[in-house]
Amino acid sequence: MSSIDYTQELPVVEGRPTLKEINELIARPLDQKPDKKFYIALSITVSMLLIGAIALGFTFYYGVGLWGNNNPVGWGFPIVNFVFWVGIGHAGTLISAILFLFRQRWRNGIARFAEGMTIFAVMTAGLFPLIHVGRPWLAGYLIPYPNQHSLWVDFNSPLLWDVFAVSTYFTVSFIFWYVGLIPDFASLRDRATSKVKKIIYSIFSLGWRHSNRHWTHYEMVYLVLAGFATPLVLSVHTIVSFDFAVSILPGWHATIFPPYFVAGAVFSGFAMVQNVLIFIRKIFNYEKIITLDTLERMNKIILLTGSMVGYAYAMEFFTAWYSGVQPEQFTFINRAFGPYAWAYWIMVSCNVLFPQLFWIRKIRRTIPVMFVIAVLVNVGMWFERFVITVTSLHRDFLPSSWAYFKPTIVDLAILLGSFGFFFTWILLFTKTLPVVSIAEIKAVNEGAQPSHGEH
Amino acid sequence: MSDKILYSLTGLFDTPDEIIAAAKKVQAEGYTKYDVNTPYPVHGMDSAMKLPMSRLPYVAMVVGLTGMFLALFFMWWTNSVDYPLVIGGKPYFALPAYVPIMFEVTVLSASIATVVTMIAIVFKFPNNSHPLLDTEYMKHVSVDKYGISISAEDPKFNYESVKSLLESLGAKNISPVYFKDEVINFKPNTFEPKFVLSLIGLFIVVSGLTYVTLNKLMYLPPFDWMMEQSKVIAQERSDVFEDGRGMRTPVEGTVARGFLPYKYKDNPDAAGKFLVNPLPATEENLQVGETKFDIYCSPCHGYLAEGDSRLKGQFPNPPSLHSAKVRNWSDGRIYHVITEGQNAMPSYAYQLSREERWAIILYIRALQRSLNAKESDLQ
Ligand code: HEC
Repeated sequence: MSSIDYTQELPVVEGRPTLKEINELIARPLDQKPDKKFYIALSITVSMLLIGAIALGFTFYYGVGLWGNNNPVGWGFPIVNFVFWVGIGHAGTLISAILFLFRQRWRNGIARFAEGMTIFAVMTAGLFPLIHVGRPWLAGYLIPYPNQHSLWVDFNSPLLWDVFAVSTYFTVSFIFWYVGLIPDFASLRDRATSKVKKIIYSIFSLGWRHSNRHWTHYEMVYLVLAGFATPLVLSVHTIVSFDFAVSILPGWHATIFPPYFVAGAVFSGFAMVQNVLIFIRKIFNYEKIITLDTLERMNKIILLTGSMVGYAYAMEFFTAWYSGVQPEQFTFINRAFGPYAWAYWIMVSCNVLFPQLFWIRKIRRTIPVMFVIAVLVNVGMWFERFVITVTSLHRDFLPSSWAYFKPTIVDLAILLGSFGFFFTWILLFTKTLPVVSIAEIKAVNEGAQPSHGEH
Repeated sequence: MSDKILYSLTGLFDTPDEIIAAAKKVQAEGYTKYDVNTPYPVHGMDSAMKLPMSRLPYVAMVVGLTGMFLALFFMWWTNSVDYPLVIGGKPYFALPAYVPIMFEVTVLSASIATVVTMIAIVFKFPNNSHPLLDTEYMKHVSVDKYGISISAEDPKFNYESVKSLLESLGAKNISPVYFKDEVINFKPNTFEPKFVLSLIGLFIVVSGLTYVTLNKLMYLPPFDWMMEQSKVIAQERSDVFEDGRGMRTPVEGTVARGFLPYKYKDNPDAAGKFLVNPLPATEENLQVGETKFDIYCSPCHGYLAEGDSRLKGQFPNPPSLHSAKVRNWSDGRIYHVITEGQNAMPSYAYQLSREERWAIILYIRALQRSLNAKESDLQ
């Protein structure tokens, strides 16, 4: 294992399969009837989803008083979960757009799946602001439309920026994903044997015929979309961080927030992609397409962004000390040693300490170990959002109104439900669409490009 | 076979190198209406086919910039013109605060426009009736072969010469592709019963759902939260209080704001002597006076205070306020009449605040002056 030569570019697809083999390998899971394991997995996620749905039903009927939110802590679980899930989505766009612009060809194996994850994560995230307003059927007021009250939304508010950022992010990710899927739908259409499937794939392929007169526009548009998605993904978590940073609360009002949030988002997103890919790779026998090298590269990014997050934690303390502002200093001491110290230290150990193990190559390339680390990273990143949201609020400027936030069973059920929602979509995705881009993998297979085009 | 219309002649190749060479050759021979179909974009094909650079990025730029400026204009118009609202002391037009949304709208409009233009205008998709679809040829290029298809519409097209050209390039499976019969014989029929019935069905479902949502659902809990609130509304019963009344009387011995007892009760002369109008005769005050006078006084005294009642004898006709008597009264004396009433005229103390009463008096003075102008007013 230690015989890897890093000075040479590793092949993206191992073992030089024929194009036909690639086609079959990726398309096969869509033909087979789901097996027992799939149904077991699906029943678990749907049960989680239903638990969440019941908790939501109670919330809508009786009101948000069922949550743990109290007077100083007005932003409880819904906001924590919102930021967490939006963050998960970021890895997908990073992989599909930013790595595309950097010509990282290894991204081709994981891009489709990561994009799908982005979409599901943003859908999950989008639920929470709606839930948080308590009366989700009034969410239409968030959209600036001429109404009978002749009122307009406040464009100066970061919360409204969020509405625009998240909805744009979802739409553009979805378009990007669908554009990538068109050639694959065509490939699936041409190998479909059942009539129904053929009709469905024909509709979604729009009549794509792999024409090079189309490919030239297609590649250009893909590039343009990647160019748009790149600043977009950075803007989304920046704006999410503005929700906090534009306020004047100690612990929130910090200029470091935007980059710190973006790094954290990529960090948690990669960990989540990592977790799920390990399963996908094993179950669908994609070891040659999603190679160990790819996983190792992802671990390196986790290591990098984890270190950035760790730097941000340290920097926050430094800023608090250096600013000389008492409430700011108090907030940070309270974070590390106050009533929520347990959450803070879970966050630090999961986000800063464990990922550092990835400096060791053997760990980077051992699947069970990296799986555990990635899970810990997700736990840590969830707690990061919890620490940021709750610790700044629960002890504000006025000691008489201090309180301790405790989530209720309804809060926990909704959190569980969000995982159920997300993973249900993921499971359905793996059985209905090619989780790896057929056309993109063929293009990076060895010998797929004319010899003069080879570098 | 003979009644079919030929679309093109196709050939397949096994390697990317071969297809590049073939495309170069076909292009060099002067064919224009041909196409190369490959399972993925092959590098160097653009130059082999001499394809121009895609101009779609211009669409992105134009639409993106338009979206950006429209967003800016919209935010300026809503927050500075149509509904100016000071929030957190920010100016009405706060450019830095608009940047995030301008950016998002740019990206959103540009992405959608570019993709829609590509799919609908450049590719003319969806198009599932293209002759190449559903052929053996397509099944191969979809997987692992590289195909070339020379259209019969090409001015240089000649079945035999194209065939020999493809053969000389080493193409395999050279085969003609015909237009599909269904496509040629297709006649659209808008009034097909199935179509019309499904439209009617859709109409019924949509209008029914809309009706139920707007007229029934919105009146059920929890959507009726605006109508059914757990607070006491005026005149409502409340079990919280012993006497069961929702409305409470003021606590004994207290005085509510703006309800100081009137000092000159039953003492009009003292009121006339000591009360002074605190309001200056500004345009604003006169405006308030006019509004309130028109509402509360004009039904009896008339818009011009000439006693020309609109009540038309259903009530004793009130006197004109232009009489010498009223003109010579002090403001305080009129104030007393409004506050306490006089004989048949009721008190207006509950309808009009103190300030409003004084504003009305200012207005009455203006009316009086208009009918009995002084010499000096003419100058
Ligand atoms: C319901 C009809 C009615 C309304 C409304 C009404 N008044 Fe009168 N007002 C009368 C009558 C009737 C008299 C004559 C009372 C009397 O016989 O002394 C009168 C008398 C007066 C007088 C005394 C005139 C005089 O010559 O003694 C003044 C001043 C006056 N009203 C002002 C007002 C003002 C100001 C308002 C608006 C706040 C007002 N009134 C609204 C019916 C009305």
